[in-house]
Amino acid sequence: MVPTNHYLLLSAILFGLGIVGFVFKRNIITLFMSIELMLNAVNLAFVAFSQSLGKPDGEVFVLFVIVVAAAEAAVGLGIIILTARNRRSLNVERVDLLKL
Amino acid sequence: MTAPLVIFFVLAALAVLGAVSLILQRHPIHSALSLIVVMVALAGLYLLMGAEFIAAVQIIVYGGAIMVLFVFVIMLLNAGEEERTNFSKLATYAGIPLAVAMTGFIAAAIARSSGSLSPAAQGGALTSTKALSMLLFNEFVYPFELTSFLILVAILGAIVLAQRES
Amino acid sequence: MNEFLTEYAFLIVPILKIAILVLLVLTMDAYLTWIERKVIAHIQARWGPHRVGPHGLLQPLADGLKFIFKEDPLPANVDKLAYFLAPFLTLMLALTSLAVIPFGPQRFKIFGYETHVGIADVNISLLVLFAITALGVYGVALAGWASNSKYSLLGGLRSSAQMISYELALTLSVVGVLLIAGDFSLRGIVEHQSGTGRGILSWNIFPQIIGFVCFFIAAIAETNRVPFDLPEAESELVAGFHTEYASMKFAMFFIAEYTSMITVSCLATILFFGGWLSPFPVSWTFTHYLPSVLLIPFGLWVIFDGMRYENLLGRILLPGVGTALAAIGAALIVFPMINDIVQGPFWFLAKVFTFLFVYIWMRGTLPRFRYDQLMSFGWKFLLPVSIANVVLTAVAILIWGRLS
Repeated sequence: MVPTNHYLLLSAILFGLGIVGFVFKRNIITLFMSIELMLNAVNLAFVAFSQSLGKPDGEVFVLFVIVVAAAEAAVGLGIIILTARNRRSLNVERVDLLKL
Repeated sequence: MTAPLVIFFVLAALAVLGAVSLILQRHPIHSALSLIVVMVALAGLYLLMGAEFIAAVQIIVYGGAIMVLFVFVIMLLNAGEEERTNFSKLATYAGIPLAVAMTGFIAAAIARSSGSLSPAAQGGALTSTKALSMLLFNEFVYPFELTSFLILVAILGAIVLAQRES
Repeated sequence: MNEFLTEYAFLIVPILKIAILVLLVLTMDAYLTWIERKVIAHIQARWGPHRVGPHGLLQPLADGLKFIFKEDPLPANVDKLAYFLAPFLTLMLALTSLAVIPFGPQRFKIFGYETHVGIADVNISLLVLFAITALGVYGVALAGWASNSKYSLLGGLRSSAQMISYELALTLSVVGVLLIAGDFSLRGIVEHQSGTGRGILSWNIFPQIIGFVCFFIAAIAETNRVPFDLPEAESELVAGFHTEYASMKFAMFFIAEYTSMITVSCLATILFFGGWLSPFPVSWTFTHYLPSVLLIPFGLWVIFDGMRYENLLGRILLPGVGTALAAIGAALIVFPMINDIVQGPFWFLAKVFTFLFVYIWMRGTLPRFRYDQLMSFGWKFLLPVSIANVVLTAVAILIWGRLS
């Protein structure tokens, strides 16, 4: 059996990589994908705890996180499409003024 | 080196490689493909932990629907490679060490608490689909209905955002 | 040698089974193209391939050789990773989905290793199949986008949008079967249908006729076949998402399409038509001779037809094939033990071939949907009907309880 700490360590590493991607990438879509990576890392931690305690509560939480991520992706990508069409660029550094 | 440990290291290496590739790739479609690799590796890890339903849901919903949405948007917007701008060097020189430090801090906290957590003896039967659904529809029925409402709101939002100006 | 085999049997036996299955499926793909061309030709009052070998039976071999020898061009300015990944991914997913399908009921021992007829016996095999179907969208989308061509991009986007729309109806139409059987594994669903040994009356088709119709329509849309094949129609978008693919990569898409047809037919027989169960009640043991009763006259007819064939190759090959078939039929009567083993896979293959014939029949008969008709049909009709099926099944189970 794999000790739970291994899974938690992997989850921390993926979360850190997600933060690095979120801070340093300039394409809006890649930014959004780093957020999804962070959510996945958290899901891994939830399932690891669920296995460690032997109760399915963690897995129910994972289901909710996946649903929220789906809703957020749908609306967020809609906003990204509109922003990209208005500013004609996908670079997040060009979306820094309230005026077009 | 038992078989589960070997499988864990292979899948974990795959996940970390996919995440690093997500950050280092220049074209967003390659980043999207790397993220799909990460999700499939995580689904494999869920299977290793005995959470078979969650593994299937991860691939079907996350890998088969959400990432398809990302790939569609990248194709529709015709996203190209990232342009190289030199807006801030401080971010690179101070930011990466800080991110590594933060991850190391969390990892140290996890390693220090090594004694208290270990996998439960009978994993499979307690976290089967039937147990999951009994929990979902008995104790968590209120959040369940709220998420259905959330999805409805998201659908309405997406439709409103996608309307043409007429 | 024997100890080596026994100790590593858990590795050797699955590899052997995989090799046999892949070989069988690829041969079946090749001859499925032959059957398709012959059936469509006869529907259209012509002959189809009849020159390459007797009755055109060597035509798939000629096509395969053509694919190997043709030039494999690489268009300019394509995204190399996505261009090479797309056909490989599609073929890999199509072949992997065959791993979780059970082909027969037996459990047997080889080298002391107990195994079953099928490669992987997981208890979520239905979910695994849906996961693989969900990932199949990427092959099409990446192929369309990577080809750096407007026709491919439009075809790829349309095809992916069609696939994800009908995937919802596909998944929901199966939930009725899941409610009745109470088990995610395909083997469990078939064993639930064997119920009280009443043969065809205990199959899932009767309680779930709406589910079956929704499933079959959604599955045809998923595999991009007529009448839902707008994205790859020759008269509409050149060839849709595989316009810029030639020779070997096109062959990969081609094989993947026929393999997913076979997978969908296997799934339809397992979920709704009882898999490997015989339609006759278990007490009618004389029906066990049905394979022989079918094989021996067919073998004799092939011999008779071959003896009058026009060229020499046909006059040698066809009687040989006919003799082999008749000999197999006779062997089944003489050795009842082999006959019992053959029963399950025989009925399974018979039902799968019936579904494949229906697929090909529809291709020869029906016209094509327009894209907006296709999307509105999927979202406005098929999805609500699937959801209604789930609600009806749940209410029926609540009132009458699960039969058997």
